Parts: sequence; structure tokens; C-alpha cells
Amino acid sequence: MSQQVNISLPAPTITSVSQPFWDGIKEGRLMLQQCDQCSEWIFYPRAHCPHCFHCSLTWKEAAGAGILKTWSIIHRAGHPAWQEHTPYVVGVVQLTEGPSLLTHLNVNEDELNYQMEVEMDIQNTGPHPLPFFKPIKEETI
Amino acid sequence: MKRNVRGAIIGIGELQPVRYTSGETTLSLIAESVRLAIEDAGISKHEIDGLLVGPQVGETPQHVPATVSEYLGIDPTMSNTVDLGGASGPGMIWRAAAAIEAGMCETVVCVLANKNEKGETLRSPNRNPIREFDVPFGASGANTSYALLKRQHMEEYGSQQEDFARIAYWARKNAQKNPKAIFHGKPAELEDITASPLIADPLHLLEIVMPVAGGAAVIVTSEEKAARVIQHKPVYLKGAGEKITHRAVSQAPRIDQLPFTYSIPRALEQAGVSVEDIDLFSLYDCYTSVVAVQLESAGLCAPGRFGELMRNHSFSHDGKYPLNTHGGQLGFGQADLAGGMSHVIEAVHQLRGEADNRQIPKAGHALVTGNGATLSETNALVLGGEQ
Repeated sequence: MSQQVNISLPAPTITSVSQPFWDGIKEGRLMLQQCDQCSEWIFYPRAHCPHCFHCSLTWKEAAGAGILKTWSIIHRAGHPAWQEHTPYVVGVVQLTEGPSLLTHLNVNEDELNYQMEVEMDIQNTGPHPLPFFKPIKEETI
Repeated sequence: MKRNVRGAIIGIGELQPVRYTSGETTLSLIAESVRLAIEDAGISKHEIDGLLVGPQVGETPQHVPATVSEYLGIDPTMSNTVDLGGASGPGMIWRAAAAIEAGMCETVVCVLANKNEKGETLRSPNRNPIREFDVPFGASGANTSYALLKRQHMEEYGSQQEDFARIAYWARKNAQKNPKAIFHGKPAELEDITASPLIADPLHLLEIVMPVAGGAAVIVTSEEKAARVIQHKPVYLKGAGEKITHRAVSQAPRIDQLPFTYSIPRALEQAGVSVEDIDLFSLYDCYTSVVAVQLESAGLCAPGRFGELMRNHSFSHDGKYPLNTHGGQLGFGQADLAGGMSHVIEAVHQLRGEADNRQIPKAGHALVTGNGATLSETNALVLGGEQ
């Protein structure tokens, strides 16, 4: 992989619909849309509610916490720029508000537990700040 | 609306998988696959009036049907690109039958092929939600997604590494009876599989398909025409089911509600058969964990209990549940989208009674499945040797 170390980490490909989400991350806040009609929370950002198909959605600040539904310890990265960071952990977090998202976990491998409580931990490792997650420690609850 | 499908497979062509090609084009592999299928059917190229092809990253991003028609020298009255990832092959068979029934054409060639040049990695220029919300976090490629689904199965049900390894073990074992398989002559014991490197924990190297070059073509026609073409006993489409639920693994339904829980029972119901009537389970196997959820979705065991099923039965051609007797893609190799078609081709071999030293005794019905993206695009066919 040595000839590929100059490939930079991939930045999010932001759209006009998702811009408020990424603006929120820059300000340290997890912003999600909530449907004005059926009240479901939505992730990823859309122009229409995938539940009731209403087209009026309101951005609101979410708790930035959830539970870990599943995870993988990556030894061979799918993107060459991530290979030098292996092994690392990615997982799917179900947010308190309901939707699930894929994220990067700042966690020791031996701490990983099914349905463990995690919270957002914004990181600036790449070209854009990203909402990584980390375990909620006992003393902070 | 409940409606029975009709249609018959009269020709198959399959290239022997090779690890790498040099100087080949995907179009040339498509043409060779089609030539073999036409020869197998005993018909003329000019009898082909339908064409179903797959998407091609890199070589022909758009206008695939026209490009392939021109290359082959055919003028179809129906053509389309079927973009269902690993479910494209079985999806083509059902769509071909539907197009025939709708009067769009009578004889359809369904073809998928892929070259594999050493050192060439084609990346699709995605600008979709997966690219925006998964890739930046270090999650790209199928290995990560399937590892996440496998971990969820293990945590939810307590399934063990050895349970999954047994699926790869049978694939390799069955591949020993298929000289075309990439792992012919290379069996793997359970310990070899669990001791192979973790690529995306909990997935080991030997639980993941080997990318190869290859191609496959299948000719579907009306039952009336099949009765006139007598080179082989036709294989009939008896039932089909399909379901697409999500794209990104983070948006997948619960592990016990994945789309195979709809598509497999639907295909069995439409064919009017029960799972115990199935003589061959030709189940899409890009990863071990994908077979696990299909065994459960087919109703061969309760959700989460595939491990017990694998421990208690033989899955070879002469076992209780013959599973991927060609070696599956885990044993045969995955020629990109054509890998999914290998499950259709093996079912035809078995139902014709032409499977040589791996022939299933009295093979009457086969369940063939396809799976694309991350257990997102799923379908199932029931194929039968009798009308």
C-alpha cells in the first residue's frame, strides 16, 4: 500500500439538502430532521419523509447518543487512504431518536459490547469534522 | 395479483473462472458466454429477440444493451440493463419470462461477464448517500457491510465462528467435484477457515469470495418454443419472489426481517412447493453469513439456528440438503455479477441430470437465489425439471 499513502481520506460529498447536518457537526451539534406530519426523526437528510412522504421537515438538535447495534474491526480497509489507520472500528449506532447511522468508533476493542451506550465524539482526523462515537463512561452518566 | 410465471431455460453457457485476464474485454467475454449458450440450446443467433445485460463499471457505463447488441450482431425487440448486483442473474430470468409473457419477445439471452485485470481496481464514481455518510468514516466496500451483518447475527443469536466456517467448508468440499471451480483441488478444513486472517472482523479471508474473471449466459424462451427445441430437456421457471429494502447497511431492517424473509417464501408459494420439496439449494454465497440468513429465511431452521442445521446434516450432492453443489461462489469464484448466474447454471445442470459426479439423485426442484448490495436486493426462483 506504500505507493498509496498520499491518497487523502475521503471527505463527505455534501449536498444542499445535507448542508445543515454538516454545518451542525462543525458547531459540535448533531442536527437531524423531524417530519412535521408524522413526527418521525430522519437520517440521512432528505427532502421528503421516508415514512409518510411528507415534504416539510424541520431541523432539530438531537441528543447525540445511542446504542451500538453492530460493529466490525477493520484490518483491510476498503478505501486505500484508510489502510494506514488499521485496525480501526466502525459500527452502526441507533440514535436515541430512532434512526441508525454508520460511524467510526473511538473505543478499545475489548470494550466493545452489543447494545452498549455510546455518544458523539466529533473528530477532525480528515478533511471535514466527522461525528465519530465513543462509549459513555460510567462516571459521566 | 397472483399470477403464475411461465418460461423455460433452453440454453446455458459458462466460462471457466480464471483469477486474472490479460487483454480481454468484458464485451468479448459476454460474446463467448452467449456463443456457448446458443450452441447449448441448438438454436441460431437470429432466434434471439430479447437481451438482458448488467451494468459495467468502467467499460460501458451507459447504453449497455445497445453496445452488446451491436457487438453480438443481434436486433432485439426487448432489451434492458438489470441492475440488482448479485441478484441480477436470477432477476434476469424472471424478467425474461415476464417480457415473453407480455409479448415483447420470445427468446431472451440473459448475460453477465467480467474481465479481471491484475492491478486494476475500478471505483464507481458515487455521489450518493453511501458515499456521503459511510465512506468518510472508513466504511467502504462489501467486506465491511457484511462483517457488520455477521456481527449482528452473532450478538443477537449467539451464533459462533465455527457455524459460519462450516458454510465455507461445504462450499470448498463441493468444489472438489467441479473441475471448473477456482478452488478445485484446494479443499479447506474448518480450522483453515477460522485460522485465516480476519479481513473485517468477524469475517475471515476464507469466508469471502475470490474475485475472478468469467461469464455466464442463459437463454429463456416460451414454453411453446421450448417444446420445439429438443437439444436438452427444458428447465421451467415455476415461481419467483423479489424484495429490495435498503442500500446502506445502516438502513437495513432487523436481522430477522431482511428481505430474503419475503422473497424466498414467495417463490416457494408461487411454485406451490414446500422447502422440503427442494432438491438443490443454489443459494447466493458472497459471504458465509449470507447463506446463514437464507437457510433461516427458507424455513429450514428457526431464525438464528442455522449453526445447529449445519452441524447436523450433510450439504453435499448426496446429503440431506444439497447446497451449492458447484462449490458456490465461495468455491467456484465470483466473476463479479456473473457469479450470481453460476447458481442458475448449476440448477440447470442438476435438473437436466447432467451434473456428472455431483448429480443429485432425482433432482426435481431447485431453489436459486440472488443477493445484491448488502442483503438489500434479494430474489429467489424455483426451477423445475417438469412443466
